[in-house]
Amino acid sequence: MDLTFSAEDEALRQEVRKFLAETLPPDLAQRVRLGKHLSKGETEAWQAALSARGWLAPHWPKEHGGQGWSVTQRYIWDYEKSLAHAPPTVAFGLNMLAPVLIKFGTEAQKAYWLPRMLNGDDWWCQGYSEPGAGSDLAAVKTTAVRDGDEYVINGQKTWTSLGQHANMIFCLVRTANTGKRQEGISFVLVDMDQPGVEVRPIITLDGDHEVNEVFFTDARAPVANLIGEENQGWTYAKYLLTYERTSMAMVGASVAALGLLKDVARTETKGGRPLAEDPFFAARIARAEIELENLKTTTLRVVAAAAAGGAPGAESSMLKVKGTEVHQEIRSLTRRALGPYALPYQPESLAPGSNAEPVGPDYAPGVTPAYLNSRKLTIYGGSNEVQRNIITKAILKL
Amino acid sequence: MDFNPTDDQRMLADTLRRFVAERYPLEARTRLSGAAPGYSTQAWRQLAELGALGALFDPELGGYGGGPDDIAAVFEALGSGAVAGPFLASLLSGSCLASVGGEQAEALLQAIIAGDAVIAFAHQEPGSRYELGRVETTAAAGAGGWRLSGAKAVVSYGDAADQFIVSARTSGAPDDEQGVSLFLVPAGAPGLSIRGYVGVDGARSAEVLLDQVEVGADRLLGVAGGAFEVIEKATGAGVVALCADGVGALDVVKDMTAEYLRTRKQFGQPIGSFQALQHRMATVLIEIEQARSALTNAVAAFGGPRVSRERALSAAKYTLGRVAALVAEEAVQLHGGIGMTWELPLSHYVKRLIMLDHLLGDVDHHLERYIALGRAA
Ligand SMILES: Cc1cc2nc3c(=O)[nH]c(=O)nc-3n(C[C@H](O)[C@H](O)[C@H](O)COP(=O)(O)OP(=O)(O)OC[C@H]3O[C@@H](n4cnc5c(N)ncnc54)[C@H](O)[C@@H]3O)c2cc1C
Repeated sequence: MDLTFSAEDEALRQEVRKFLAETLPPDLAQRVRLGKHLSKGETEAWQAALSARGWLAPHWPKEHGGQGWSVTQRYIWDYEKSLAHAPPTVAFGLNMLAPVLIKFGTEAQKAYWLPRMLNGDDWWCQGYSEPGAGSDLAAVKTTAVRDGDEYVINGQKTWTSLGQHANMIFCLVRTANTGKRQEGISFVLVDMDQPGVEVRPIITLDGDHEVNEVFFTDARAPVANLIGEENQGWTYAKYLLTYERTSMAMVGASVAALGLLKDVARTETKGGRPLAEDPFFAARIARAEIELENLKTTTLRVVAAAAAGGAPGAESSMLKVKGTEVHQEIRSLTRRALGPYALPYQPESLAPGSNAEPVGPDYAPGVTPAYLNSRKLTIYGGSNEVQRNIITKAILKL
Repeated sequence: MDFNPTDDQRMLADTLRRFVAERYPLEARTRLSGAAPGYSTQAWRQLAELGALGALFDPELGGYGGGPDDIAAVFEALGSGAVAGPFLASLLSGSCLASVGGEQAEALLQAIIAGDAVIAFAHQEPGSRYELGRVETTAAAGAGGWRLSGAKAVVSYGDAADQFIVSARTSGAPDDEQGVSLFLVPAGAPGLSIRGYVGVDGARSAEVLLDQVEVGADRLLGVAGGAFEVIEKATGAGVVALCADGVGALDVVKDMTAEYLRTRKQFGQPIGSFQALQHRMATVLIEIEQARSALTNAVAAFGGPRVSRERALSAAKYTLGRVAALVAEEAVQLHGGIGMTWELPLSHYVKRLIMLDHLLGDVDHHLERYIALGRAA
């Protein structure tokens, strides 16, 4: 057994750290750390900086503008980025659609869409869920009907993350009603800058505008925007979902969040002493930290298996369940650590560019919203109940 | 044994529930919470007329209740409607006034009961967390009165109050239980500044700064240096209120979630038909009953000797904090995406349940206190 990274991978880690130290503005990192919201422009600027270094999509093959990094290298990259409190990149195009395009797209589609992602020309969002199709994704009802060289699209998507910033959406649409439900679904790319597409905000319980409803009324997409074959969309959709899940162990993000938790616990006091020294609270932090250390190794074990050629299958469900639950626990503890100052609701302090003076300590405004927002982690990306169903069937064969 | 509320308590609770459902819905309260005072003063007056405030206090003091079971009955009804307003503040301040007694205190209590005065309880401080005896705000005796300086944190409805009951140290070290005194301070007093804000739970609070605030000698409530017991007693009443509020909200959240499981369909069937979810709801139900029993224990011990009373109160608040977080998180999870939305009333109950643990002591505080009191016994 050898739990060290190879010299080559360690060298990459150093290179990544150096890059982040040089490129990531400290005030931006601090705002990410404290859960403040970034403007669209700030996210785009950070993505442009990554792109300039060739690291916006380092997991893509070299021929498409990536670095062809191994899963281990990608793990290091994600981990270091999170630890440095770098703004998250928008995953929908780079991490979800791109692998589908690379595997199932035509040469023309790849040549057109992939460089646009790297250049920041498109902001993609994910049009899977509908009001009646959540866990049961195959129930999608949004229709696409052929009209010459175009599809005419009608229906509604929902929970569309960051759809308010997006100009493109990849959709699961129904193109046939015969046979099995899964066999009538197609995967289509739709331009959102057209009269037939309307985006309406959904405000989440933390008061943020992160998700949207997207309505299609005779919207149009060229047939050239169909990915793969008509009615085979389910295959591509599922391929995409395994990509979505592998990143959901959230190890780097949880290590970063644990760092914040510890800082808060060292600053807050209980009985005149740092809260971090309170045996009750110290035990809570220790339990979370142990879980996270264990999860790190579980993740690396899955990564190693994938690096050796085994495709991450149902194991990614395991990482998603544990990873999201550990992250939620850390967010919950940070809220507890704050004591009475978890109560003030201070959205103005979180707004992009805000200088509003916080009520309570400077880290207070983002803590409860981050806790509330983290409840989504066990719901989306295939809910944790659905992941447990997968584990029961695929691994346990029950 | 009889675990049921009295007829009067039941009638009052029913009346309050009906009023809130018909006349003071959640949307109205959410709309009003953005600015001081953060609630409908008209609804507040009507709720006072219906007896919501009078039921919190002894008949001898002009109320028509005042027992822990009365407090619980009122707050359970308020919790089931997620009502916003200075109820807890009035209970805490009123309880202090009732303990210290005297003409001034009794007149103020009458005004609270009638809905004419809002008196906020400014005790907690930025560094005190949930510790009742830690007071760094100071009161210095001078010619003809007292001069108060310090900071008070997250004062419930501090920006709606006409007056404050402020705790301040008149002697001793910052964490001495002895040496704390209570003062009556008008909201407009020179040197007093108030920064109000809405809380995550939809109720308003404020940071209150006292910079050399001068009050007359008659504004000292009770005996100088002897307020700890008064504060502990008021907090005990507040803990009963919060636990009852929580139980009221828990029942609503359970019903909303069970109803959603019955109606939401995925995979061609109600999601409530999945056994994985059924068992989770069964746990929710069991735990809510545990919380209700913890409240019952606290109510029963309320009139008893200090240690058993305070232990039962800490046990109740600990249980409530634990169960509220569990049920709130399960409710969101079992609703799926819709449970994450501001628009759904559920999310406001959920936030209130989560925030209960940040008021008057969280699970760790009360667990530790329970252990310490047990050792002392
Ligand atoms: C913040 C947020 C962002 C999102 N972003 C996007 C996005 O960008 N694009 C997109 O397409 N979607 C997005 N989603 C949608 C997300 O994928 C769905 O919410 C998720 O699939 C669950 O579907 P649902 O909300 O309809 O819940 P439901 O499917 O109705 O589930 C309700 C409850 O039932 C449980 N359940 C359902 N079926 C079973 C079963 N068979 N066995 C046991 N339990 C079951 C669920 O686990 C859940 O607890 C987002 C959601 C959120 C909350």
